Amino acid sequence: MGRLSVNLSGLVLDNPIIPASGTFGFGYEFAEYYDINILGSISLKGTTKDPRYGNPLPRIAECSSGMLNAVGLQNPGVDKVISEELPKLRKCFSKKAVANVSGFSLEDYVYTCEKMDKQEEVGILEVNISCPNVKHGGMSFGTSAESAAEITRAVKSVTKKPVYMKLSPNVTDIVSIAKACEEAGADGIAMINTLLGMRINLRDKKPILFNKSGGFSGSAIFPVAVSMVYRVYEAINIPIIGMGGVTTAEDVIEMMLAGATAVEVGAANLIEPYACKNIIEGLPAAMDKYKIDSLESIIGGAH
Amino acid sequence: MKQSIFKIVSNKKLADITYEMVLQGDCTDITRPGQFVNIKLDGFFLRRPISVCNSKDDILTIIYKVVGKGTEVMANMTEGEELDILTGLGNGYELSKSGDKPLLIGGGAGVPPMYMLAIELIKKGVTPTVVLGFNKKSEVFYEEEFKALGIKTIVATADGSYGIKGFVTDAIKGLDYTYFYTCGPEMMLKALYDNTTTSGQLSFEARMGCGFGACMGCTCETLYGNKRICKDGPVLEKEEVKWAD
Repeated sequence: MGRLSVNLSGLVLDNPIIPASGTFGFGYEFAEYYDINILGSISLKGTTKDPRYGNPLPRIAECSSGMLNAVGLQNPGVDKVISEELPKLRKCFSKKAVANVSGFSLEDYVYTCEKMDKQEEVGILEVNISCPNVKHGGMSFGTSAESAAEITRAVKSVTKKPVYMKLSPNVTDIVSIAKACEEAGADGIAMINTLLGMRINLRDKKPILFNKSGGFSGSAIFPVAVSMVYRVYEAINIPIIGMGGVTTAEDVIEMMLAGATAVEVGAANLIEPYACKNIIEGLPAAMDKYKIDSLESIIGGAH
Repeated sequence: MKQSIFKIVSNKKLADITYEMVLQGDCTDITRPGQFVNIKLDGFFLRRPISVCNSKDDILTIIYKVVGKGTEVMANMTEGEELDILTGLGNGYELSKSGDKPLLIGGGAGVPPMYMLAIELIKKGVTPTVVLGFNKKSEVFYEEEFKALGIKTIVATADGSYGIKGFVTDAIKGLDYTYFYTCGPEMMLKALYDNTTTSGQLSFEARMGCGFGACMGCTCETLYGNKRICKDGPVLEKEEVKWAD
């Protein structure tokens, strides 16, 4: 293992950097810009049982040091993801991907996870029980410990690959939800999804987003994410994929010190198409600067 | 798509709240009129997507309206300052369908892409007619630049303070054309869709996240399936456009 590599539930990543779901499509489009095989892995666009157009426009609004999105899980549906998107990814990416799955009922999650679990390109399942941009399902499963555990159990019963539950920060106590997922058999936790936010247009005096509110991401939410990862790390014994506003190599180190084993980079990809590449290339120098020999050795190091 | 640093050569006011910025840098990824660039500004999270007015050798010309804080910062920039720009974004106009008498219709901030389109059509031996629509006389720009290309240039203002009184749909009445290309506010695009007699291409605007197809922030429905305005557009063929109810 190299000094950047980490072990995520048995899946050894060359480095901890994973583009976050929804900011990197199905990966292959970024292959036009750089060799995506330098990435640790890729979290694929959130996939649902049926195809979804998502929310009407506008879906995007700007904030100080961040943005709101209310895309609403646009995706071609699991069958087309398997028949069209994964083969395209396979042509330019030789590593295992993270399959991000969403649903609107327990049965949806089970159906989609069972199918994605069987795909050779998939190394880990990331079960999104935290999407703030859909009316039913999504976040509603991730806001109580009971329903989070129920989804975890159901998905675990039909899958063989590691299952990471992606949690919402829009809850009273994220620690109890993470613990409930662990007790229900989750192999890891992915956190945090976006924070609920809204912007209002002063000209027409109405919310900018058609969906009214959306998910707040970007560097502004980084300290929120670090704090939540730190607290959850103390309460559970399964690995955490940390995310939320990560923009630089230094942010990656900070997130790992808080307790993350791997780190997803989201909104930064949308501003800097080369964000993940820049972070990976910047990690060795940042590690030297802070006298870090290997990334694996600093996980949870702030505790 | 290419990310590179451009240096401002000039930045001047053309008309009411309308500025022209000339930049020097690597324009090799700008391959078609109708494409856009995405500009990073200090202090702002998202980039600003602006259509290409012209690109020749290493000189990029953009025209933008000051509509918010980001474009306000741009208006105050001066010669020699540098900008981080993504170039070569969007599909751009398909020139081969123009026929021999295409009509180019630009409305307000939709006027700039018509300029490079006119230049490229002329290079192919096609002589377009251009119709420019503005709200009022003080907002009119680039009339002389289009005329200098040696093409028929018609200006319309909604309040009648300059040129033909009315909208571009009034200005195109009676014109003989083989095809149309347009860019402008969505209401204008819809009016042209309903009032043009030929096929054509329409360029759409949207609030974008990334500008290069990654975030699905600007997806629209078309008769040919979902399309990302930033990557599969911004230019759509008239035949595929599906209007929101």
